[in-house]
Amino acid sequence: MASEHRPRVKAPKKAAKGDVVTIKTTISHRMESGLRKGKDGKKIPKQIINKFEALFNGKQIMSANMFTSISANPYLDFDMKVEEAGEFEFKWYDDNGEVYSKKSKMKLEG
Amino acid sequence: MMMINTNTPLALAIGLIFGLSVNVAQAADMEDVMHFGSVTPVEEGLEKYAHGEARSGYTYASPETRTLQDDDFENPGFLWVEKAQEQWSVVDGEAGKSCESCHGDVKSMKGVGTVYPKFDPKVGDLLNLEKRINLCRTEGMQAKAWKWESDELLGMTALVKMQSRGMPVNVAIDGEAKKYFDKGMKFYNTRIGQMDMACKHCHVDQSGNYMRAELLSQGQANGFPTYRLKWQKLGSLHRRFRGCNNNIRADKLANGSPEYMALELYVTWRGNGLPVEAPSVRK
Repeated sequence: MASEHRPRVKAPKKAAKGDVVTIKTTISHRMESGLRKGKDGKKIPKQIINKFEALFNGKQIMSANMFTSISANPYLDFDMKVEEAGEFEFKWYDDNGEVYSKKSKMKLEG
Repeated sequence: MMMINTNTPLALAIGLIFGLSVNVAQAADMEDVMHFGSVTPVEEGLEKYAHGEARSGYTYASPETRTLQDDDFENPGFLWVEKAQEQWSVVDGEAGKSCESCHGDVKSMKGVGTVYPKFDPKVGDLLNLEKRINLCRTEGMQAKAWKWESDELLGMTALVKMQSRGMPVNVAIDGEAKKYFDKGMKFYNTRIGQMDMACKHCHVDQSGNYMRAELLSQGQANGFPTYRLKWQKLGSLHRRFRGCNNNIRADKLANGSPEYMALELYVTWRGNGLPVEAPSVRK
């Protein structure tokens, strides 16, 4: 169910050059580890977000590989030094090949 | 901090004379039942999470868990709340209505979360927020009721209750609600299951103490639906009841069963005066 996976991002809309801003991200995802068994005794197939990537004006600013032990609804935050105005793009790569993404614009202040 | 201990007649008398809190006055009506055990002092800065003898689960949570709840972005419960916010204006059912068609902006739900569970004269039964929302769906919208513990129902319950965040819980236990209240109180104080324990043995007699690594809280309901880190999702109060019953090796009852509905009323009443915290975060 695609609507099950909902990205949320908190990135500043405005920042001054030289500022260090914090970007917070999360996505609703079960992060099924592949180790659990269902009611029928069979293993539930593994399905997790295996990679997260943050881009700013098309350039990668942060990426993370995730593995089985990461909790459901993974939350990541990180800092970035502001050099220019532009657009963030955040991407979550699912094991099933789907990519969930969200964009957010940032203006320069002053 | 000075504390009022209603276990002593003198303090009880002082409480009555000055009318310090509703809880104190009501406790006098049911002298034989103790609603709270030894009460731990409130940590500095957490005063708003306590009322009289009642202590929110927030005061028992670790600082890390509190931080998660404090920031609406970090609080994972908001994943469900945001979905519900969209659902609010989605037309569903034969009547061609959405929640918004009747209620307008969801902000109009302010205060609603503080008074449920509540006796509904039209239905002739006690309703909690989950049942009330489903009644809106089946009667008003002519849509299918949401399944208990489904993401949709949990999210909508949290969204509606969240509109009252910070307002004091204020459920009524008089009139028609009285018999449900008594039933809930009886359930709370009755030993059940293989371990022969009642709710009160952990949440009244031992609250504030450790059971192995587990810090026992008063079992307050003001934060539900809550995002439990163990569940990795939002969960209803009845799911918590089922977990508790399971832990004491008792039969789990069905979500929304008459016993749990009555228990919900009693448990919620114990937290009258505590702020609504939904969606809270607990370990």
